[in-house]
Amino acid sequence: MSNKGRFLATDKIPGLLKRLGGTYRVFAPVKVSDTVILFHEFKEGAQLALNKQATLPPKEILFPQTECLLSYTYHKDPENLEKSEVQVEETLEALPTIIFGARPCDARGLMVFDAVFNDGQWRDPYYKARRKATTIVTILCTQPENTCFCTSVGGGPTNTEGSDLVLTPVTGGYFAEPATEKGGALLQDEAFALGHNKADEAREEREKVSLESELELDGIAQCLLELFSTDFWKQVSAKCISCGACTYVCPTCYCFNITDETAGVKGERIRTWDSCMFYQYTLEASGHNPRPTKVERYRNRIGHKFSYHPTNYEGMFGCTGCGRCIKACPVSLDIRQVLREVKVHG
Amino acid sequence: MEAIGKLREDIQKELEDVEFIIGWEQGFDALHATPLFIRSQEDIDRLIWNPLCVHNLASYLPQLKGRKVGVLLKGCDSRSVIQLLQEGLIQREEIVIFGISCPGVVDLSKIRARMNVSQVKRVSFAEGNVTIETPQGREEFPLDEVLATKCLSCQYPTPLIYDHLAGEALSPQRPADLLYKEVEEIEKLDVKERLAHWERELNRCIRCYACRNACPLCVCQDYCAADSRNPHWLSQRAGIGEKVMWHIMHALHVAGRCTDCGECERACPMDIPIQRIRKKINKEIKALFDYEAGVNTEDTPPLYTFQMEESTIREKDW
Repeated sequence: MSNKGRFLATDKIPGLLKRLGGTYRVFAPVKVSDTVILFHEFKEGAQLALNKQATLPPKEILFPQTECLLSYTYHKDPENLEKSEVQVEETLEALPTIIFGARPCDARGLMVFDAVFNDGQWRDPYYKARRKATTIVTILCTQPENTCFCTSVGGGPTNTEGSDLVLTPVTGGYFAEPATEKGGALLQDEAFALGHNKADEAREEREKVSLESELELDGIAQCLLELFSTDFWKQVSAKCISCGACTYVCPTCYCFNITDETAGVKGERIRTWDSCMFYQYTLEASGHNPRPTKVERYRNRIGHKFSYHPTNYEGMFGCTGCGRCIKACPVSLDIRQVLREVKVHG
Repeated sequence: MEAIGKLREDIQKELEDVEFIIGWEQGFDALHATPLFIRSQEDIDRLIWNPLCVHNLASYLPQLKGRKVGVLLKGCDSRSVIQLLQEGLIQREEIVIFGISCPGVVDLSKIRARMNVSQVKRVSFAEGNVTIETPQGREEFPLDEVLATKCLSCQYPTPLIYDHLAGEALSPQRPADLLYKEVEEIEKLDVKERLAHWERELNRCIRCYACRNACPLCVCQDYCAADSRNPHWLSQRAGIGEKVMWHIMHALHVAGRCTDCGECERACPMDIPIQRIRKKINKEIKALFDYEAGVNTEDTPPLYTFQMEESTIREKDW
């Protein structure tokens, strides 16, 4: 990293976020209950929770759970009441935004989104505009959790890919280093002090982090294809209860549904998160469903992340190893164990 | 003999006659158990039984109707089976029940609220205490402080229905009058405050439907009105209105059927205290119909019947 680092004392953070709030929408992890940490728009007095992974990743800021794509109104022709015209209004909103306190796995999750919505064959104007307007400030992980496996899927606790400004925890605060120009611009704020004496500590902190790459995933895309039509999926999905918790807490799951919701002569076309764990996910208009039970649905989840996605997007897994799916699963189904078994049986 | 030894022995006896037997094994760390589908002797060796075995395994049964399986049940879980039998959603002859007398299970969210559990190495239970070891050190506290709230007023520590029983039958040790304690706290609030309370709690609902899918009595599952697109009963939006509506729907759907197993709340990844909503309805059902769900296979849930004159409701006196 560069030698342009600055020191950000912990007690300067609320002031910094407040000042940034004058120019940007600022989201930061906030404790909302005894156990839940969410990225909320920062307000003075909010209880920041920067030393733990947030319960949900910040994906909702760029890819809201519900988003209005357009609104429409029908106008009847007074001359001929059987005729009506529809007036459509675009509702794209992309305000300058800062995500403060993401984790390396969260930042990497947005790189998975970029490949799908920003850089690929189809470009999503809504995501694209928001992504451009967003600056990501990441806190490196000096204490990974026992559900973390980012190093197994190409990331790492001190990985800076996808971040604009990178914070390393040091005594009394964070050592901040820019990763992009956008991130560097934030360092102009008065909260950042000269930090020469903190650079070495930050480097040592990063070097101390140990998270072994525990999964051997070479060739897994092919193993998954070979297992496609086998009873393997019945065995590994037996305990799954087919809820959508794993997909909704996942920083890379991006499947969506589009619905027109009309009331009277007005309506909105909304996009909402979908989940491959739900029956309606691939239900066809004919009534046929190619993924009728949890067995096929669970196969889809693993297959998408570790076979179809890397095949379509230059080897990048649709998983950043954040471990939230393991923590959120009501039956503690461990995706790492499933991947190990795929390698054994595939 | 210890309960686990008896369980292993009974399971071994029955294993040949069933497709599998559902129990628990150690999960991804020392603090988590996970359901285990026992098909072989090797699986039996992996079986565990301790206060971390929180899951109500009866939730799997409705979808296994038509197949002969075995299941391990705690006292509270056995009420789910009784309720499912009452409604004809499972068949008694298709299920071998291994009942376990249970002194209580933990609520992991209570542990998460009091300590950092991201690197748990070892958990042990002794003399009413739980000890949790992490790289930061050891923490020991009374088990009662982290037991699931349902356990603190448990009246059914011994299963009400079983083919095999592990452990000595226990009589209720807990005061029944604690059952509605949390509900009574909320009832003290005026209507506006109550709405504000629930909007604050439910606002973090992500509509993932873990509460629905973990519920042993939510048998509609794939055909749930909440996410049906045709007809489109409920907006796909994720605003507070839809969240509140979903939870009211779920609670009303299990009214008079809910056995207070708490799986809805336990499964919630956002730790929303939704069991209280069902509990409130259970309290009203008890007051109106003098009925408790899942204690007698011969009962009919009150909302499954219609009588011109309900014996417990004095309509004429109003």
